[in-house]
Amino acid sequence: MPHEKLIRMANQIATFFATQPGSDQAERVAAHLNDFWGPEMRAELKAHAAQDDSDLSPLVKDALPLI
Amino acid sequence: MKDFIIPNDRKIFDDRDMGTPAKQGAPVTLTVDGFEVTVPEGTSVMRAAAELGMQIPKLCATDSVEAFGSCRLCVVEIEGRRGTPASCTTPVAEGMVVRTQSEKVKKIRKGVMELYVSDHPLDCLTCGANGDCELQDMAGAVGLRDVRYEPGENHYDPAGIGARSQAEARWRAPEGEANPRYIPKDISNPYFTYDPSKCIVCSRCVRACEEVQGTFALTIEGRGFESRVSAGGPLDDFLTSDCVSCGACVQACPTATLQEKSVIELGTPERSVVTTCAYCGVGCSFKAELNGDELVRMTPYKHGEANRGHSCVKGRFAWGYANHQDRILNPMIRDSVDQPWKEVSWEEAISFAANKMRGLQEKYGRKSVGVITSSRCTNEETYLVQKLARGVFMNNNTDTCARVCHSPTGYGLGQTFGTSAGTQNFDSVMHTDVAVIIGANPTDGHPVFASRLKKRLRQGAKLIVIDPRRTDIVRSAHIEASHHLPLRPGTNVAVVTALAHVIVTEKLYDETFIRERCDWDEFQDYAAFVSDPRHSPEMTEVLTGVPAEELRKAARLYATGGNGAIYYGLGVTEHSQGSTTVMGIANLAMLTGNIGREGVGVNPLRGQNNVQGSCDMGSFPHELPGYRHVKGAEVRAIFESKWGVTIDPEPGLRIPNMLDAAVSGSFKGLYCQGEDILQSDPDTHHVAAGLAAMECVIVHDLFLNETANYAHVFLPGSTFLEKDGTFTNAERRINRVREVMKPKQGYADWEVTQLLANAMGADWNYTHPSQIMEEIAETTPGFAHVNYEMLDERGSVQWPCNDDAPDGSPIMHVDGFVRGKGRFINTEYVATDERTGPRFPLLLTTGRILSQYNVGAQTRRTQNSIWHSEDVLEIHPHDAEVRGIKEGDWVKLASRAGETSLRATLTDRVVPGVVYTTFHHPDTQANVITTDFSDWATNCPEYKVTAVQVGLSNGPTDWQVEYNEQAERSRRIEAAE
Ligand code: SF4
Ligand code: SF4
Ligand code: SF4
Ligand code: FES
Repeated sequence: MPHEKLIRMANQIATFFATQPGSDQAERVAAHLNDFWGPEMRAELKAHAAQDDSDLSPLVKDALPLI
Repeated sequence: MKDFIIPNDRKIFDDRDMGTPAKQGAPVTLTVDGFEVTVPEGTSVMRAAAELGMQIPKLCATDSVEAFGSCRLCVVEIEGRRGTPASCTTPVAEGMVVRTQSEKVKKIRKGVMELYVSDHPLDCLTCGANGDCELQDMAGAVGLRDVRYEPGENHYDPAGIGARSQAEARWRAPEGEANPRYIPKDISNPYFTYDPSKCIVCSRCVRACEEVQGTFALTIEGRGFESRVSAGGPLDDFLTSDCVSCGACVQACPTATLQEKSVIELGTPERSVVTTCAYCGVGCSFKAELNGDELVRMTPYKHGEANRGHSCVKGRFAWGYANHQDRILNPMIRDSVDQPWKEVSWEEAISFAANKMRGLQEKYGRKSVGVITSSRCTNEETYLVQKLARGVFMNNNTDTCARVCHSPTGYGLGQTFGTSAGTQNFDSVMHTDVAVIIGANPTDGHPVFASRLKKRLRQGAKLIVIDPRRTDIVRSAHIEASHHLPLRPGTNVAVVTALAHVIVTEKLYDETFIRERCDWDEFQDYAAFVSDPRHSPEMTEVLTGVPAEELRKAARLYATGGNGAIYYGLGVTEHSQGSTTVMGIANLAMLTGNIGREGVGVNPLRGQNNVQGSCDMGSFPHELPGYRHVKGAEVRAIFESKWGVTIDPEPGLRIPNMLDAAVSGSFKGLYCQGEDILQSDPDTHHVAAGLAAMECVIVHDLFLNETANYAHVFLPGSTFLEKDGTFTNAERRINRVREVMKPKQGYADWEVTQLLANAMGADWNYTHPSQIMEEIAETTPGFAHVNYEMLDERGSVQWPCNDDAPDGSPIMHVDGFVRGKGRFINTEYVATDERTGPRFPLLLTTGRILSQYNVGAQTRRTQNSIWHSEDVLEIHPHDAEVRGIKEGDWVKLASRAGETSLRATLTDRVVPGVVYTTFHHPDTQANVITTDFSDWATNCPEYKVTAVQVGLSNGPTDWQVEYNEQAERSRRIEAAE
């Protein structure tokens, strides 16, 4: 899948959880990705982030280790 | 002898016309011809007699409309009362003593019948209603043996030649004078005729159009003997009038005056089967009426609990596609999509498909193939298709077309309330005081529900419409919305949050409800969030275009106007913030305590008939049946032990992910049942590229649809008339779909899936769909008590139906939310990335119209196309003027995804800056324009917002021409040897 698309989708998810109260937003982003994205998509996102995470929102970056 | 009759008890097969509608009230006991009967207060004497099995002669009364009392055929005698009251308009009273037969009433009835018959063309033997005509029946019932009147002034064609003009209708033909009262037959409607010469002016049709349908298309023109029914103005016929062809008047007409053309052509039907409409999510029950295996007509079933005897043009009349010449009845295969199709036997097609799929899995891996289930297929069929993915392909690559419509509903309501479904039954709307419609167009999309809603609005309920367009329900006959908030497409969340802002800051919320039913701490976080001035209507007005004061008034009305019910559609879900809006709607209902009783609730209006069911059945790649995540080991264990396989604990691919994976080379094979993703999914170029990259596409459908242009195997499917199973409608109602006729292509769709599974090594041996339902009930808690016997006995049931709710659940969250405490969730507005700019300055939004359905595969193959033969672009006159566009011009519609051409129509239904079109026709391919942006939580595509430019054009684009040529090539079928 094109990286821009994966990043856009991940950032969209982070944008939502960033507006929620509490201090566990990164966990919730990770939980959403684990629940709704297949393992290949998650792996692709992680692989891309390992090379270049400049386009990822900070919350997605925080969530990455939990994915 | 009956004692007490409860209206709407379980006498589901008693189909008699009871004369007047059922009432609810305290019991009243009376005697009719010496027999005692107890009925609810307000019931007519006619209906009380009918409850005893006595049919008092009648003409102007029928139980779908209130009594009118005009024909006086139903007169009776009542002890202690003077004269002979009409039994249809006389309510029962305690101790009343009624006589339905006496010399006096018999004489009156005969006299009435004589008058009617004296102005009726007595061509009974060749009349379309012969055998199904109440005038005939009543003549028999009153013992009419001769008519004393001389032939005199009348309305018919004395020559009996079916005159097409008044002049042709000569009195004692051919040389006599023309009959000035003769009005020729109106055959303009494609499905029924109006023959004024047979009209007895009973007004049943007029009342049905008003009371049942709510369109007010008919009137009685003229007075006394001159009076006749008229559709629209003097120059109108049925087709040009406001008539929406729902058929209610035809159903109500006691004579052949309003008559289905199919009955005229084929004769009166001799048997009937009760089944469920296969179009929209209302899920109307119908009687399919046949001669042998030839369908003659579909009539709405009055005991259907979703539709209560009403229908719309699609379910009632648009079933001709079932026999359309385009229908494919033989399996076909080909090695590559540029080859013509080759017809083969079922065995060959199935083994070809099975080998290909297995081969792909061997070569590219277990996860390289997947399935798409359809909301047009039954629960049983859908269950098997996801089982094919999980138990035979051994992956979770299953998705459904609900992905592109209501997946945000599943997510949003699941998060807030704990269930992925609407909270009410349709009857609930009759207790609503304030109805809010958001992003739905019920008069077109869910017409039978719209008729119920309109009835309630005529009784005084208030209406708020939140929609970029001024849809019909905003203002129509006897209805006007209190508030229409014409928001800019894409700003739903801002509007919904602003509504909550007003409710919270003006302290209009229901604190008791929130304290009892929701988490108070979460509420406080939420209240602080929405109270922020940035969410005020005044601040959001610049984004949304909704006048702040109007929004405040709407919020106050919803919060304080009594029972508030929200109905919403794809205008809510098909956005990048679709799930957020659904959560915002749930927040509003919780804030105001509008949940858990009749008349309130949150109600998604589902597009297709079985959207609810296809989601319930585990079609999504992350969920097993019953919305249980695949990661749950206990849930997997239930199915693993039943199926004898190991289920993948990781979610599979969603439709857009499958297409992306296909383009990048890892997804190779697809079994697509009953769906046309090429036409219905966004960004057609991308879908086409995905399909083209696959090595085996199996299309299981009625027609060579657009997706089939890229298919290697075509498995002919069956229509709903040939299916045996269940559909679940938008109210969670499980309705039986009965096999009206045998599958024309030889196998039921569930059998085809089973053949494919077994050819791939499975050992399934279902012999009847009821066994599939048994498996569903065994494995899925909400369905635990559902089985075919129960459905046959009760008619239908709403899930959950289990030990806790043995009779099903008409209304949900009555004593508490399914998830425990209702959960408030912050809903921050985030502008979509799809923005207007200099290149694409307008916003395109899409929708549907009454006569067509979805991608039009069915409705385009019926005479419904008379109302909508092409998709047109609605554009505001200002936007049109600056572009030099006039009514009917060809225009080019372009977005960053692609461009297409269609004709324009100028209308102020859309505000300046917004254009609108439907997506029913493959020639237009509105989805060439839509982009791949999607809902953040579910990837439901953002159909409702696309930045576009519109300009004049000369006709179809090169792409459209090319596409049509390619489609044509791809549909070639090799001549049989
Ligand atoms: S078909 Fe329906 S809308 Fe048309 S006139 Fe009859 S009742 Fe009215
Ligand atoms: S058209 Fe039929 S229902 Fe209408 S007034 Fe005439 S006879 Fe009655
Ligand atoms: S399309 Fe919908 S409203 Fe119309 S008859 Fe069918 S189920 Fe009912
Ligand atoms: S049926 Fe009662 S007056 Fe016509």
